[in-house]
Amino acid sequence: MIQIEGNKCDFCGCCVGVCPVDCIEVMESNIEIDDEICIDCDLCVFICPIDVLSNVATEAV
Amino acid sequence: MWQQKQFDCIVVGGGPAGTTFAQVASRGGLSVLVLEKDRDIGMPVRCGEAISDKGLRYFHDPDPRWIQSTIDRIKLTAPNETEVEFDLNDIGYILDRRIFDYDLAHMAAQEGAIVVTKAYVNGLIIDNDMVCGVKGNYLNSPFEVRAKFVIGADGVESRVGRWGGLRTQVKLKDMESGIQKTISGIEVQSNKFEFYLSRKWAPGGYLWVFPKGNNSANVGLGISGYYAKEGKSAQKFLDEFLQWKYPECSVLTTVAGGVPVDKTLKCMVADGLMLVGDAAHTVNPMTGGGISSGMMSGMAAAETAIELSHNKKEPTRANLNSYEKKWTKLRGKKHEKYYRIKEAIFKFDDDDLNRIADGIAAVKEEDRSLLKLFSIAVAKKPSLLIDVVRLFTGL
Ligand SMILES: Cc1cc2nc3c(=O)[nH]c(=O)nc-3n(C[C@H](O)[C@H](O)[C@H](O)COP(=O)(O)OP(=O)(O)OC[C@H]3O[C@@H](n4cnc5c(N)ncnc54)[C@H](O)[C@@H]3O)c2cc1C
Ligand code: SF4
Ligand code: SF4
Repeated sequence: MIQIEGNKCDFCGCCVGVCPVDCIEVMESNIEIDDEICIDCDLCVFICPIDVLSNVATEAV
Repeated sequence: MWQQKQFDCIVVGGGPAGTTFAQVASRGGLSVLVLEKDRDIGMPVRCGEAISDKGLRYFHDPDPRWIQSTIDRIKLTAPNETEVEFDLNDIGYILDRRIFDYDLAHMAAQEGAIVVTKAYVNGLIIDNDMVCGVKGNYLNSPFEVRAKFVIGADGVESRVGRWGGLRTQVKLKDMESGIQKTISGIEVQSNKFEFYLSRKWAPGGYLWVFPKGNNSANVGLGISGYYAKEGKSAQKFLDEFLQWKYPECSVLTTVAGGVPVDKTLKCMVADGLMLVGDAAHTVNPMTGGGISSGMMSGMAAAETAIELSHNKKEPTRANLNSYEKKWTKLRGKKHEKYYRIKEAIFKFDDDDLNRIADGIAAVKEEDRSLLKLFSIAVAKKPSLLIDVVRLFTGL
């Protein structure tokens, strides 16, 4: 599951551009990820320029 | 109120691609609504703000209010810190996009377009497979508006195309993970684009220092998603650079941002829908510059909308193909070439870059004609230098 770190996000939308299943929604000052649709591919985690996202399952390993 | 009206065109996104569409289409007699999710047009500025004189003049005479500095030289710094300088063939500018983007929206409004901020689009209205409007939220109230043409100008974070069934996902390696800080209190020459090329500064991309006058500059970088995967973020690369180069600077703005350095989408249109700008991957894949090319796609899409309307033709996928054709002719074909060059440059390691920089540095500046550089290229490392020279003269 992708975790969004506190209020660190800059709402740049870079993660939305790479998400293969379109489950990230970035508004003016809010970001939401639909866990039901997310396939845990981690592309958003890699691309985020400012380390906002992490995959809690991956981290736990 | 715009919520109760029907329009010829609805544009999602108030960046340069969307507002250029709106200006051209309105001038051509179409009714246009521009919906922008943010509070302000032009802010935040997720951009180095560089544009060539030619790229700007294609649309507008440069207004002094837009220009923060005028650039006539380029400085490249190689991994071994060898510096190479060139004069630019065409001058360039560092814009103030807060004012520039705002003015573009204003010009669209002057032509009759309705521009609305704080209007977030969250879906399309689709009837019988034809896109015929958008749904969204304006100041917490839901709305639905209909139009003959829907234009996705919603930038790198575009979802409009996906909702319309187009494949707009950017491959990880073709997304530059970007960050920029506007810093002040530094020594910087106001007439030079500065680029730093190295895997240690910006792997799979480059780092830029673009002067904004008054001892300030946009300092930013993009790293390819391919390298971002290794776990060191764009922000960490930039912080290290600033610590090394400008440890005492003040940081006036910090923005993150993605740049799709890809070929243009194969399919930019669907029934009732056209994508323009970053949403259609119109950024120059070699330089990452997307302001003027985005505006150009907006213009081409608007011309198509005007033609179809005048000829009373339906906005079917087949009819909208005229926009794709215009774009391919204007820039699309060139971007395919630039993409191939980008791919070649991508393979350079720091040793290659050092060799190239040393080769160029050995030639007296007044002798650095393209032809001369070309011959060094052939002597040194045939394919590589040519690509680098092209990269920085084609900016
Ligand atoms: C760090 C960085 C540096 C760059 N440097 C340069 C440079 O020096 N020179 C250059 O030419 N290019 C540069 N670029 C690229 C350039 O910024 C873009 O190509 C350009 O802004 C694209 O214009 P656009 O109109 O397509 O999209 P944008 O300018 O991104 O505009 C899209 C708009 O759509 C809005 N939007 C998105 N979704 C919705 C929605 N659902 N509802 C309503 N509104 C929505 C957004 O809020 C945004 O205002 C840079 C990019 C980055 C990230
Ligand atoms: S992990 Fe993959 S599917 Fe899930 S939000 Fe991130 S990019 Fe989308
Ligand atoms: S890439 Fe990072 S900063 Fe940008 S919107 Fe996604 S989570 Fe936020």
